[in-house]
Amino acid sequence: MAADTTSGGGITLAGLSKSYGAVRAVRSIDLTIAAGETVALLGPNGAGKSTTIDMMLGLTRPDSGRISLFGMPPAEAVAAGVVGGMLQTGSLIPHLSVRELITMVASLYPRPLPVDEVLQLTGTAEFAGRPTGKLSGGQAQRVRFAVALVANSDLLLLDEPTSALDVEGRREFWASMRAVAAQGKTVVFATHYLEEADSYADRIVLIAQGRIVADGSPARIKARVGGRTIRATLPGADLARLAALPGVASADRRGDTVIISSAAPEAALRALLDQYPAARDVEVRGSGLEEAFLALTTDDGDAALPVQEVR
Amino acid sequence: MTSMTYVRYEVVRNFRVWQFVFFALAWPIIVFFTVTSANRHATFDGIGFPLYFMAGMAAMGTISGVVSRGSLIAAERSIGWTRQMRITPLRAGAYFGAKVLCGYLMALLTVGAMCLAGAMMGVRLSAGHWLAFAGLLLVGLVPFAVLGILLGHLLKPEALLPAVAGTTTLLALLGGAYGFLVATSGPVFEVIRALPSYWLVQAGKTALGHGGWPAEGWIVIAAWTAVLVPLTVLAYRRDTSRV
Repeated sequence: MAADTTSGGGITLAGLSKSYGAVRAVRSIDLTIAAGETVALLGPNGAGKSTTIDMMLGLTRPDSGRISLFGMPPAEAVAAGVVGGMLQTGSLIPHLSVRELITMVASLYPRPLPVDEVLQLTGTAEFAGRPTGKLSGGQAQRVRFAVALVANSDLLLLDEPTSALDVEGRREFWASMRAVAAQGKTVVFATHYLEEADSYADRIVLIAQGRIVADGSPARIKARVGGRTIRATLPGADLARLAALPGVASADRRGDTVIISSAAPEAALRALLDQYPAARDVEVRGSGLEEAFLALTTDDGDAALPVQEVR
Repeated sequence: MTSMTYVRYEVVRNFRVWQFVFFALAWPIIVFFTVTSANRHATFDGIGFPLYFMAGMAAMGTISGVVSRGSLIAAERSIGWTRQMRITPLRAGAYFGAKVLCGYLMALLTVGAMCLAGAMMGVRLSAGHWLAFAGLLLVGLVPFAVLGILLGHLLKPEALLPAVAGTTTLLALLGGAYGFLVATSGPVFEVIRALPSYWLVQAGKTALGHGGWPAEGWIVIAAWTAVLVPLTVLAYRRDTSRV
């Protein structure tokens, strides 16, 4: 997946930083995205995903660094209509029907998609005549997607696009998103769901504490952050010895329960049961994304963190 | 490039808010008929009361019409729609232009309706004077349109409604729109003469023959506009940079 770093063909973020007072929301992010890629910015809340997307949309000015969208700075790209976006928060203006609103927004772009096509694609056609002020949360979210989609822009930036949707809504959303990506559009979306990034992106960029901590294909990223936690009742176990078992990343204790983090749970489990036949109530669970991020980032704190190339 | 479709839907949206239409259009007409019917043959401030009060109510209705566009801006800011529009090719100037246009279209209706109401109450002007009257009102509204945008960027929606109501009522009242002046000489009168609302109401005097405002009126309108425009640009910049 070689990305074009020089010409106007893709998207480049170079040394991008932004602080809000003492909070360093984004710390020197370097990222290159080739035209046509679908990239997930994956990270826990507060990782800096929204700030990064806002800067790419020209809504927030970076403290330092450079953004190039198809060879243009964000403001120029937005004015030319080559960028469309769906922001994390926001409601629709009232006193218009869904169709009227989409038509109104479409008229701002040089090459919009036909309104009827967008209504079909986003599943909003069935309530196209309803006033925007009388929609359910899920319906409004779909209309917001339609507002972004009708732009027919080369680059679509979506900030947690499925946050207000139920399971069915999510599935439909990603089905229409796939159709868009299939037209050769570049899509960048922020999410804190590993499954979502895994299922719908060609590439996952892991962001934590304002930095890129990993960048690679979904399979590789999943292998890295999709570790397991093993719990077992094991009174008086030696933590140092547990931590030294094959496949074990770290071991901790809560009362009589030991908690073992592992990227290779099968090996760890085999070793654990072999060496500690007394272990009871054994339980293996997928680690939460937050824990995985912590594992990737904790020891480094403010120090420069090398990007883990896992492609 | 401002799209005509965008402007059209913006206008449609505005006119679907019945409160907007009521307070800008029906309310001044109701007050005009109520007060004027008892004072049809009175004179005030050197002209017939119906003519004076027609100008006063036209001023009140149009001021409220254009300043209250600010509450739409504040509402759109608070729900995040302004941010959504900022990531489209729509330019800030066009966004505000469409808002001002809506205020002005409503103002045009208000002025037309007030002229009709005035004629029904016996106001007689030459065609040229009617046009001059309407024209002066529309020019005099410029600083109020800017004021609406300024308030829309300074205040939150919940603070804006009382702010708009208070500001427009006070300016209309001091300017003499309600059919009386709190002072007709002295330092207070000098302050009143420095208000744009006073000159809006004075547009009713075109019938007296000079056809327009004295130089002082033009200067007041121009000065308020010249002060409010940079303030508004500042408020807009502050508002959009901190997001």
